[in-house]
Amino acid sequence: MKRLTIFGTRYLRFAGLPIFLIIWQLVVWLKIVDPVLLPGPGPTFVALWHGLTTGGPLAHDFGRTVSRVLQAILIAIVIGVPVGVLLGVSEKIYQSIEFIVDFFRSTPTSALFPLFLLIFGVGDQAKVYISAFAAGLVIVFNTAYGVMNARKTRVLAARVMGARPFDRMVVILLESLPQNFIGLRSGVSLALVIMISAEMLIGSTDGLGLRVFEEQQRFDMPAMYAGIFTAGALGYGFNLILHLVEKRFVHWAGK
Amino acid sequence: MALPASSMNIAAPLPARSQRPHVTIQGLCKRFDGNTIYDDFNLELRRGEFISIFGPNGCGKSTLLNLIAGLLPRDGGSVLFDGATIDEIKFGYVFQNYRDALFPWLSARDNIAYPLRFMGLSKIQRKEKVDAVIERFAIRIDLNKYPYQMSGGQQQLVSILRALVVEPEILFLDEPFSALDYEMTLFMRDQMQRMFEQTRTTTLIVSHDLEEAVYLADCVLLLTRAPTQVADFTVVDVARPRSFKTLGDPEFVRVKTHCLEVFTREVRK
Repeated sequence: MKRLTIFGTRYLRFAGLPIFLIIWQLVVWLKIVDPVLLPGPGPTFVALWHGLTTGGPLAHDFGRTVSRVLQAILIAIVIGVPVGVLLGVSEKIYQSIEFIVDFFRSTPTSALFPLFLLIFGVGDQAKVYISAFAAGLVIVFNTAYGVMNARKTRVLAARVMGARPFDRMVVILLESLPQNFIGLRSGVSLALVIMISAEMLIGSTDGLGLRVFEEQQRFDMPAMYAGIFTAGALGYGFNLILHLVEKRFVHWAGK
Repeated sequence: MALPASSMNIAAPLPARSQRPHVTIQGLCKRFDGNTIYDDFNLELRRGEFISIFGPNGCGKSTLLNLIAGLLPRDGGSVLFDGATIDEIKFGYVFQNYRDALFPWLSARDNIAYPLRFMGLSKIQRKEKVDAVIERFAIRIDLNKYPYQMSGGQQQLVSILRALVVEPEILFLDEPFSALDYEMTLFMRDQMQRMFEQTRTTTLIVSHDLEEAVYLADCVLLLTRAPTQVADFTVVDVARPRSFKTLGDPEFVRVKTHCLEVFTREVRK
């Protein structure tokens, strides 16, 4: 019985995949959607395979997007975490700039594309920085929340046992890690969203966003879907990696 | 961390009643938002005794404990431990909420070892101390687990070991068993009693359960409503080790009844 449950939970989440593929194929066969707009799974996977393996542009674009998103996340973490800690520790600083941070966090980052374009030009910089900006704000906020909500009893317990200010700070930081990871995960998702849009909209020469956009312009539907799926796999992969890292290093989260 | 010679011998037998006090509280004052909780509160506690604090709701049982332990600032008065302030002595503190007091990122073992980090000991010395405390109290739980993998009772046991590992001069416990189920509470009371008998560390416990307060204590400190004064300081002259049979002991019943009378009188005031 137990075996069955393990089997069930482990593979259940993939059960939707064949159903999805069957429905997709049925829709194509029954011509419910214009076949020009929706190729079948077969041609799409052929396009995906070609794009990724035989020196097609997809592999190159994938690499470029990954590299830019990683740069953006790195910048967001390096700046966002210390700023967030600072805000979390000092209530006065937090209150004085809460409105500004909140305002920019609520501003759709895509509205800032022209501004970043103006400042940093059409190169990689504008895309990386705007992505970092979006992810950074989320990371700042979640880090600050994590630090502010560090359980008082735990910090007090450390103090009672003789922990010096530095050691108490370590307790607060460890205490904020689960919330930090929440920020990191949404930050990474957001960075990818902004990056793909930036690649489509602000004069890119490569990247997954450009790939999807170009294939659509050329009306190469299988290649376009291949680009979309690659972007999806990238987002899923980022999430999966973060999930594994979190499970390994923040094993106490949610417990 | 200079300790008077007498405190080093923590397994000493119960000292004579005439001995000079371990804890001396003089003129203690505490106000919260204009409400006076303590005003010129005086108390002396003897070394090596187990003292339960009991009183009406809101009389400041935990406040008293936290004032003595230095977790709350005083508005006046002094608390001295054989002439030393709380910052000059080693003490242990056990919180009611073990979930928030233990560090979930450390294993139970590392939680117990945590306070030793601040005592200038080598890694080997720290390990020896942890091993010693585990062996001394014959702990049979898997201490490689993380707190969240343990039951509530086990977690609180780890908290108590963490407080005892530094060989404190005095141990404070703030309603340590009130978040546990009844079965675990009974088990923990006996663990607590066993540990006390072995170390004879001066122990202050806040309890909301009169039976528990009397069962564990050498003396029950009964408090009045705020502004709080000592209503009664009852000696529990019942032999140790105590067991469930103690609950039927005539002297135990007499003390418990007496405490209940004092308590009822104070509540009605």
